[in-house]
Amino acid sequence: MQSGINVFTSFGTNDIWFMAQAAWRTLMISAVSIALGTLLGVICGWLLHEGRILAAVLLAPLLDAFRSVPLIIQLVLFYNFAPIIGLNLDPFASGVIVLTLYTAALVANVAQGGMQAVGVPMRRAARSLGMSYWQDLRYVVFPIGARAVFPSWVGVALGVMKDSALVSVLGYVELLRASQILITRTQEPLLIISIAGAFYFALSYPISRYAAKVEKRWVQ
Amino acid sequence: MFDYNFHWRPVFKSVPDLLDAGLLTLQVAILSMLIGIVIGLGLAVIRMNMRGPLYWFATSWVELARNTPALFQLFFFGFGLGAFGLHLTPYTIVLAGLSFNCAGYLAENFRGGFQAVPDTQRRAGLSLGMTSWQVYTRILIPQVFRIVYHPLTNQLVWAVLMSSLGMLVGFRELSGETQFFASRTYRIFEYFAVTAVIYYVLVKLILLASRLLAVRLFRY
Repeated sequence: MQSGINVFTSFGTNDIWFMAQAAWRTLMISAVSIALGTLLGVICGWLLHEGRILAAVLLAPLLDAFRSVPLIIQLVLFYNFAPIIGLNLDPFASGVIVLTLYTAALVANVAQGGMQAVGVPMRRAARSLGMSYWQDLRYVVFPIGARAVFPSWVGVALGVMKDSALVSVLGYVELLRASQILITRTQEPLLIISIAGAFYFALSYPISRYAAKVEKRWVQ
Repeated sequence: MFDYNFHWRPVFKSVPDLLDAGLLTLQVAILSMLIGIVIGLGLAVIRMNMRGPLYWFATSWVELARNTPALFQLFFFGFGLGAFGLHLTPYTIVLAGLSFNCAGYLAENFRGGFQAVPDTQRRAGLSLGMTSWQVYTRILIPQVFRIVYHPLTNQLVWAVLMSSLGMLVGFRELSGETQFFASRTYRIFEYFAVTAVIYYVLVKLILLASRLLAVRLFRY
């Protein structure tokens, strides 16, 4: 402390580093949730596609609920519900659980669409070539279906990455939360919010460009 | 383990207030959709037909809206513009943020819709002596709306869900109102559970209304 008390310190290189770390945390929580959610979502999509009435009655409304309630409400609900049943989770774990379920609900639709994109004759052909059901899934349905829905999967993943900003309501210091902290300290909202935006843009834009390119190539 | 007592009574007492707030949510979502449709159409037309600064303006709008979190966009209109001495009310912040976001997403939908209408129709219209404006408003846009009707409905649902972020900028729509009541009574879980149900019903009503409207609109 030099002379007097400086309440508001200006924005420095340390703060860029602080924001970069926060961006890393955003990336981490999204990567974990997207990976787990995709796995779960593909399983759900498979159940929706193959399971008949039971899946349509039990699973579909459940997944639908995750898509029809705002993520922020889901986060607050879960974060306040977990202690009731005796779970003490930190914001990261709660965030991952809710984001995973949310991702799974979105991916389930995508995966179901992917499986529907594989024609029934193709699958019959695979079976009549002597492939087992699992071989048919692994070597026929997965490569073709995944290719068909890859762009929409990327869209879901990017959406979840952006929505991970909402985990800040639980107190997890990700990119947007970090910028709020810095704004409170430095009182330079425009600069800091723009930097946060630039970080998000830098994470999201290249991937969305790449997906658009891949889509264009596959359409041809 | 399960020693939490649920208290639903205060929640049920404030259900009328929550429903009122739900109407506010619906209002802001529909308004932002209308603004988003107008701007989105403009952006799509600019991106398809123009070069130079206008093209870059429209493209940056679309890419920024699509590649940054909606919450970031709200914060930008909330804190960011404060740096210019422009202090918006929470209602305006949410409306501006949602409209910005919707316009960006809808612009891409509209662009896809315009590309799906054969170019020969535009040229046929022009050669019949119609002005460019007439061609757009009487030939292209009606067809585009039919093509993007379902994405439009989805976007409205998204707008309703996104408006819940208003809670974080002090807007008392459904989520903000819920938080207000929840923090007054400490019945956080109960309040947010009821709100989740209200959101769910709201979304289902929108989808139903859209389906009924589609039957009426697309008779031919």
